[in-house]
Amino acid sequence: MSAEGVAERLPRLLTLVPWLLARPGVPVAEAAAEFGISESQLRRDLELLWMCGLPGYGPGDLVDLSFEGDTVTVVYDAGLSRPLRLSGPEAATLAVALRALADAPGVVDTDAVQRALAKIEQASGRTDDPLSACSDGLSGTVAVGMGRTPGNARAEATVRDAVARHRALRLTYYSASRDAVGRRDVDPMRLMMVDGSTYLEAWCRRAEGVRMFRLDRVDDAETLDEPARPPADAELREVPADATGLLAPDEGRPLAALRLAPEARWVAEYYPMEDVVADDDGSARVRMRYDDRAWMVRLLLGLGDTVEVLWPPELAADRAARAREALAAYGVG
Amino acid sequence: MSNTRSSGARTLWGVPAAPTARAERLVNLVLALLSTRQFLTAERIRTTVAGYEEAATDDAFYRMLERDKAELRELGVPLETGKQSIFDTVDGYRIARGDYELAPIDLAPDEATAVALAARLWDSPQLAGAARTAVTKLRAAGVEVDPTAASEVQPRVRTTEPAFAPLLAAARAGRAVRFAHRGHPAAPARERTVEPWGVVSYRGRWYLVGHDRDRDDVRCFRISRIEGEVATVGPRGAVTRPDGVDLVDLVARSAGPPPPSGTARVRLVPGRAAGLRRAGRPDPQGDPDVVELDLARLESLARWIAGHGPDAVVLEPPELRDAVIAALRASADAPATLSEAHR
Repeated sequence: MSAEGVAERLPRLLTLVPWLLARPGVPVAEAAAEFGISESQLRRDLELLWMCGLPGYGPGDLVDLSFEGDTVTVVYDAGLSRPLRLSGPEAATLAVALRALADAPGVVDTDAVQRALAKIEQASGRTDDPLSACSDGLSGTVAVGMGRTPGNARAEATVRDAVARHRALRLTYYSASRDAVGRRDVDPMRLMMVDGSTYLEAWCRRAEGVRMFRLDRVDDAETLDEPARPPADAELREVPADATGLLAPDEGRPLAALRLAPEARWVAEYYPMEDVVADDDGSARVRMRYDDRAWMVRLLLGLGDTVEVLWPPELAADRAARAREALAAYGVG
Repeated sequence: MSNTRSSGARTLWGVPAAPTARAERLVNLVLALLSTRQFLTAERIRTTVAGYEEAATDDAFYRMLERDKAELRELGVPLETGKQSIFDTVDGYRIARGDYELAPIDLAPDEATAVALAARLWDSPQLAGAARTAVTKLRAAGVEVDPTAASEVQPRVRTTEPAFAPLLAAARAGRAVRFAHRGHPAAPARERTVEPWGVVSYRGRWYLVGHDRDRDDVRCFRISRIEGEVATVGPRGAVTRPDGVDLVDLVARSAGPPPPSGTARVRLVPGRAAGLRRAGRPDPQGDPDVVELDLARLESLARWIAGHGPDAVVLEPPELRDAVIAALRASADAPATLSEAHR
């Protein structure tokens, strides 16, 4: 028996009656799934409700339920025909999440989000400022600001539409790892919003693999006149815990060992690391994998004197050679 | 009073009921107070609402009722207190149905999809739980929000930092907090005492915003740089957020890029440095291989340009050009510290 507190159970009991009332003959298992509890817990809840009612507690005063097979129907609700209004935290988590969706590039139609937000705020409140009227608002204590440069709105809308309608797409896409813009035909699978950026997960026909495309790097998108047909064995990724997880190069990619000066320690927070050893002087020795040598060289050149290459030798040599070429271009070589 | 069911005479599945006395009593209290337009006095509740007869003494009964009232208020049940007439000497209680019930709400299909997505946004158990019970309430009110709607979209706001939950709880309770925080990944952790105003997700990272008591100023703290336990300091309700504070704006100003202070001109090798080309504006003088870029933070723009080596050459301003050349010299002259040990 779970040691569940009344603070979790009472709101569930009060919601359960109107929820069942709106679904006569609903399977007990479906109700249990809706409320995120086991069937036996749901049966205990029904048993409790069945003993409750209005003062007098005569046959016509008690909550009445009927059971048929594995289904349940509310026969008499004793006055609980509507759910309790949203609590402060409930209204605020929905409102904050809706605002975050409205801010996130390309995830959903912003207009629909704004309309939903207005209706939720109106229905949950009792005054002009519904969220602050709630006794214990999350309101104001949680906020989400995406802070991203907006991408190309028209391309985003085209991508969103293609995902919803399962159409293939031709993308003009900026690849940050190759620092180049290219065309690719893809079979969209899913949109994913991670850490404030939106990604299209799609089968890339050229790479013959599932790839992630960050929406603000889609410069143009054109819906192709054919359905999206990712191969049957194309697998969606686990939704990663954070964007770092999306960027992580595969096992088996080359490893670089670096020493990061204190000013360059952000690199270890920004990119996925194999391991990080902090030293007493504030620097850190790290090992990180990289997909593309040219990308790694760009990172090193940018870091200048705040990074040392510890391994491999060819990376150090490439870096120095590129730097000398660049100095020559400035006429100071 | 006869309560044949709770007397144990019947059970639905022949299994003994769980120890549910308090939950059962509270449901009965809600039903009784919802069904009355008159204020019910404590005495009347005691004699008519099932469950309260179990209180052996007056003291026990009043304690029980006080706890129950507090519980209902905590859950957001709008409990009204008042007297029936001016001749009454004691307060009674009732629940106004209009305040209790979720107001009618009618969501269009695309709005319902937005709500379903919003409810899936949170990965913190606390926030996800509140969002889920909100959706269940909407569904109980007959609003068809399909929790699996738009399954081709996976929204997520990550809240995995261990300090997140205690900071959120403290901000909601209006309670000051004390914790160790690194201003920079290489900086030593320092103890801070902060009056928390709220937590903000900005560019995928969580920040605590509040009044730093030691520095007597508004500060934003990146939550992932908080180490160890978050301790609460002082009583609940001691922290009040000044009116008109915009938390996201405070974080954006502290953690986001500053407004541009100038313009840089950079020459790009044709077909190379696509990222700089995308971020830049075409050259007003019409040179197809020159772009103009906003100059906000000199060091970060210098880093970005230096990364491109000979493919991107700064034309102006001179201080940016010097910063890039300095970075390139460091790379060209980097000491050979290679060692097999790091393989």
